[in-house]
Amino acid sequence: MTETTPVQPHEATEQTRSLHQTFSRVWANWPGLGSLAAVNHTTLGLRFMITGLIFFLIGGVLAMLARTQLALPEQNILTADVYNQVFTMHGTIMMFLFAIPVLEGLAIYLIPKMIGARDLVFPRITALGYYCYLFGGIIILSSLFLGVAPDSGWFMYTPLSSAEFSPGPGSDFWLLGITFVEISAMAAGIELTVSILRTRAPGMTLRRMPIFCWYILAMALMIVFGFPPLILASILLELERATGMPFFDPGGGGDPLLWQHLFWLFGHPEVYIIFLPAAGIVSTLIPVFSGRPLVGYRWVVLSIIVTGFISFGLWVHHMFTVGIPQLAQAFFSVASMLVAVPTAIQVFAWLATLWTGRVRFTLPMLWIFGFLVIFVCGGLTGVMLALVPFNWQVHDTHFVVAHMHYVLVGGMFFPLIAGLYYWLPHVTGRLPSERLGKWGFWLTFIGFNATFLLMHLTGLLGMPRRVYTYEAGLGWDWLNLLSSVGGFIMAAGVAMIVLDLLLHARLGRRAPANPWQADTLEWATATPPAPYNFASQPTVTSRHPLWDQSDVAQQMAAGEGHLGEVQQDQRDTLGTDAITARVAERCHLPGNTWLPMLSAAALAVVCIGLLIRIYPLALAGCLVAAVFLLRWSWLNGGHPLAAPLTDAELAGKDDDQSPPLESRTLDGPGRWGMIITLLANGTLYASLLFGWFYLWTASPQWSAPADSPLATLPLLATAILVTVLTLLYRDRVRHLQGGEDRHLAAALGSLTVLGAIATGAVLWVMVSAPLAATEQAHDAVLMVMLIYLFWHCGLATVLTGLQALRVRLGYVSAHLPYETRVLQPFWVYTCGVFWLSLAAFIGLPMAWGGG
Amino acid sequence: MTRLAAMISLGILMLLGGCAGWFDGPLSTLQPAGPAAHSAALLWWGMFLFATLVLIAVTALWIIALRRDPGEVSDADAQRQQNRWIWGGGLALPLGSITVLLAFGIPMGHSMLPLPAEDRVEIEVTGYQWGWRVEYPEQGIELQNEVVIPSETAVDIILRSEDVIHSFWVPRLAGKTDLIPGHTNTLRLVADEPGTYHGVCAEFCGVGHAHMQFTAEALSPDDYATWLSEQAAQQDEGETDD
Ligand SMILES: [Cu+2]
Repeated sequence: MTETTPVQPHEATEQTRSLHQTFSRVWANWPGLGSLAAVNHTTLGLRFMITGLIFFLIGGVLAMLARTQLALPEQNILTADVYNQVFTMHGTIMMFLFAIPVLEGLAIYLIPKMIGARDLVFPRITALGYYCYLFGGIIILSSLFLGVAPDSGWFMYTPLSSAEFSPGPGSDFWLLGITFVEISAMAAGIELTVSILRTRAPGMTLRRMPIFCWYILAMALMIVFGFPPLILASILLELERATGMPFFDPGGGGDPLLWQHLFWLFGHPEVYIIFLPAAGIVSTLIPVFSGRPLVGYRWVVLSIIVTGFISFGLWVHHMFTVGIPQLAQAFFSVASMLVAVPTAIQVFAWLATLWTGRVRFTLPMLWIFGFLVIFVCGGLTGVMLALVPFNWQVHDTHFVVAHMHYVLVGGMFFPLIAGLYYWLPHVTGRLPSERLGKWGFWLTFIGFNATFLLMHLTGLLGMPRRVYTYEAGLGWDWLNLLSSVGGFIMAAGVAMIVLDLLLHARLGRRAPANPWQADTLEWATATPPAPYNFASQPTVTSRHPLWDQSDVAQQMAAGEGHLGEVQQDQRDTLGTDAITARVAERCHLPGNTWLPMLSAAALAVVCIGLLIRIYPLALAGCLVAAVFLLRWSWLNGGHPLAAPLTDAELAGKDDDQSPPLESRTLDGPGRWGMIITLLANGTLYASLLFGWFYLWTASPQWSAPADSPLATLPLLATAILVTVLTLLYRDRVRHLQGGEDRHLAAALGSLTVLGAIATGAVLWVMVSAPLAATEQAHDAVLMVMLIYLFWHCGLATVLTGLQALRVRLGYVSAHLPYETRVLQPFWVYTCGVFWLSLAAFIGLPMAWGGG
Repeated sequence: MTRLAAMISLGILMLLGGCAGWFDGPLSTLQPAGPAAHSAALLWWGMFLFATLVLIAVTALWIIALRRDPGEVSDADAQRQQNRWIWGGGLALPLGSITVLLAFGIPMGHSMLPLPAEDRVEIEVTGYQWGWRVEYPEQGIELQNEVVIPSETAVDIILRSEDVIHSFWVPRLAGKTDLIPGHTNTLRLVADEPGTYHGVCAEFCGVGHAHMQFTAEALSPDDYATWLSEQAAQQDEGETDD
C-alpha cells in the first residue's frame, strides 16, 4: 500500500512541491516503531477500523461456532458452559469492539477532511482512545483463551452476573474491560463534537455542513450522554462484586431492575449511535451516485436530531416483561413506535433523491440497496416489538435475535461495507475488484436472509434465545439447519470481501482523483491522503464545494487558502465559530508523542490489577497514569514549546497576529472540550442520582435511616467553602481577562491550600460517618457520592496548584489567560455537584422519609 | 402496484394457510390455545401482512427510482418530489400505521392483564436454578415443574424467584412474565380447553437454562376440583405420616 504514489488534485510545480515537503516534515509520523507514537487522525482512524475488522472476524467465528452447535437438535459440540461464553462474547465483541469503534474510526478518518480541517482538535486524545480500545479489547479477548470468558449474556443482567451466581472472573473481565474500552468511545464522542463545532473551514456554516457531519455530530453527542449510565452501572456492579456493596441485591435494599434501567438507558441510544453514522454513509453516497443534492436536507437534519432525542426515551421497551406499570408501558410503547417517523423520513428522502437523479449503479450502491431491504424489514419488526401484547410473546425468543440482526447488520454492516468500497480509493488510491465485490455482496445478502428471515419463525414457534441446544420435534429442526447453512454462506461472503480488500492493495487499478465525482471536501486531498490533508484550508461557499466551487481542490493544494504555510514548525488548523464558521483562532496541534500510549498502558495495569484483585498494583498503575496524564496536560498549547511569547509580548504588548493563537484567546476548542466533558460527567452524576432516587422509591426492600448518617453541618460548611473558592477563582480569571496578573501566583496558591482543606473535610465526613456500605444499598450510594465529591474537589485543587506553578513559570499570564478559562468550568461544576448532593442528602429523606 | 402487492400477499397467506401444520408445535405461539395467545397470534398475522406490503412497496419504489430516467429536474420539481415523498411516506405512512396498530393493540394488551375476575384461581410459582416450584397455598399442595390449572378459568400465576431472573412462558396460552428476585409479578393464564401445554424459561438464567422446562396441565373445572381434593388429601396423609 505504502509504495503507491498519491494522486494529487493539482499539477505539481516546483513551488507546491517544496510546500508539500515542508508540511510533510512537520506532520509525518515517526518512522518504524515510532509510528506507535502517531497522533494523526488519518493513521488512527485506519488503525481503529482495521482493529475493529479483526475483532469482527473473531466475533464472526464465535457466531459460526454457535450456529454449528444449533444446526441440529441435541448436539454436544459445545457444552452449555462454553456456549454461554460464546454467545456472550459474540454479542460483546460485535457491539463494543466492532460496531462502535469501527464507526468511530470512520468518523475520525473522515470528519477533519470533510470539514476542511487538518486534524481533529485533540490529536493526543485520539491516540489515547485508540490504545484504550486496543488494550481493553485484548484484555476482554484474553478471557476467551483463558476459558473464563463472561457468560451472562452481553447485557449482563444481575444477579446472574453478580458474585454469588458468577463467582469466576468472567463478569469482572466484562465490567472492567468494557469500561476501559469505553474511555475510547467517550474520547471520540467529545473530540468529534468539538471538532465539528469549532474547526470547520471558514464559511462552512451549519447549513453548509455535509450531511455526514450532522450524523456524526448526533452520534458524538449521543455517546456523550448515552455512555455514562453504562459506565456508572459497570462501576457499581464491579463495586458490588468486589466489595459487597449491595446496589443490585434486594437483600441489602438494592434492586436487580436498577441494572436493567441503567443498562438500557445506555443500550437503546447505543442502537442509534450505531445506526446514525451508517445512515450518514447512506445519505452521503446516494446523492453522489444520483448526481444531485440530497432531497430534503433540512428534513433529514431534523430527523437526525429528533432520533437523538427520542432514542433516550424508549429504553423500557427492552423491559416490557419485568412487571412495569401499565401506563409506563403504554408511554414507552408509543415512544418506541414514534422513532419510526424520523427513520421513515430519511428512507423517503433517499427515495426522493434517487427518484430525481440519474443513478449510477455501482458496487457501493448495491450494498446500499441491500441495506434498504434488510433495514426496512428490521424497522418493521421493530414496530411490531414495540406493541406490548405482541412483545410479551416474542420477547427473549429467536424472533428478537432475528430482528436485532436485521437492524444491526442491515442498519450498520451493509452501509459500512458500502462506505468501505466508496472510500477505499481514498485510503489506498486503488479500486477494488467489481467481480469479487459482487460475489461478496450476493453471498452475504443471501446468506444473511437465509439465516435470519427464517429465524423470525423459529422464535414464533417458541424457541427462546440463548439456549445451547433444543429437543427434536418442536418444529425448529429444519429452521435451525437452514439458519446454520445461511450463516456459513454469509461467512463465505465476508471472506470474499476480506479477500478483495487484501488483493486490491496490490492488484487494484489506480483510482483517478475524485473517482465518484463526489461533492465533499475529503476528495480534495491527495489519494492516499497526506497527513496534513490540505496544504491550505479553503473558504467554503457551498454545501457541495467540489461541485459548486470550481478549482477549490487545486487552490487548496497550491497553498492559496488559509494557513498556507508552516509557522514555527507547528501543526495547526483553524478554529472557527460554531454556527457562522467565521475564523476565530489558530489552533496549535500537538505532534507525535508517546504519552497517550504510556497513559493507556498505565490504565491497562490498573484494569488488570483490579481484575486479579491485587490492589497495590492497581494503585501503582493509577499513580503512574496520573503522572503521565499530568505531564500531558503540562505540555499544552500554552507551553513555551508550542507557542513561545513573541517579541511584542515579551515587550509587554499584545501580540496582534490574526487570527490569534488559541492560547491567546479566552474561548478556544480546549474550553469547549472541558465543557462537553463536564456534560458527560454530569450525565454520570445524574445517573447516580437517578439510581438513588429509583432505589428509594421502587426497590422492594429499601431501608433508609430516619436521620442522615452524614454530618450535615460540616458538609454544608464545605459546600460554602467550595462556593467561595469558585467565586474567588472567577474573580482572578476576570482580572486576568482585564490584563491584570499581579499576585496571581499567590492568589492561586492560596486557593490551592483552601481547596486542600475542603478536600480534607469531605474525606473526614466520609471516614467519620457510620456508613454500613456493604450492608445497605442506601449507605453504599452515599459512599459513592462522597467519593465522587472527594475526587472532584481534589482534582480541582491539584489542577489549580499546577496552574499556580505555571503562573510562576510564566506559562499563564495576562498574555496567556486561556488555561484559567479552561479550568474555570471545572470549579463551577464541582460547586454545582456539591450543592446538588447536599440537596439530595437533605431533600430525599424529607420527601420520602426513611424506610 | 399496491393491488399487485396485495394479491401477492394474499397468495402468500393462502399458501401459508395451506401449510398451517408448519406453524404448529408444542411451544408455538401460532397455535394458540388461550385468549391472550389468540390475540397475539392475530396481531402477528395482521402486522405480518401489512409489513410485507410495506416492504414490497418500498423495495419496488426504490427499484423504480434506481432505473427511471428523471429527465431534467428543476429545483421546483425536486421540491415537489420532496413534499410528496416526505409528507406521504415519511409522515403519513408511519403515523397512520402506528395509530391503527395502537387502536388494536392497546385494548388487546389491556385484556391480557390480571384484572379482577370471578372464580379466579391463584397459584404461586417460584423459579430457581433450574426448576419451578409450584404451590397452591390454600390447599397446601406443592408440585415440581408442573402446573395444574382449570381450563376456561382465569388463573393468576404469582411469580417469584429464589436466585436469578427467570421468565415463565407457556407460549400457547399467554405471553411471558419475568420472575425477579425481590419482586412479585402476576401473569394471567387462561386455557380454552383441557390439555397439556408446554412451558419454558425464557430469560437466560445460566448453564441449565435450556433445560428449565415445565408443563401446564389444564383440567376441566370439574376434574380440577377433584384433583385438588385428591392432592390435598394425599398431602394431609403425608403430613400425618411424619
Ligand atoms: Cu430460568
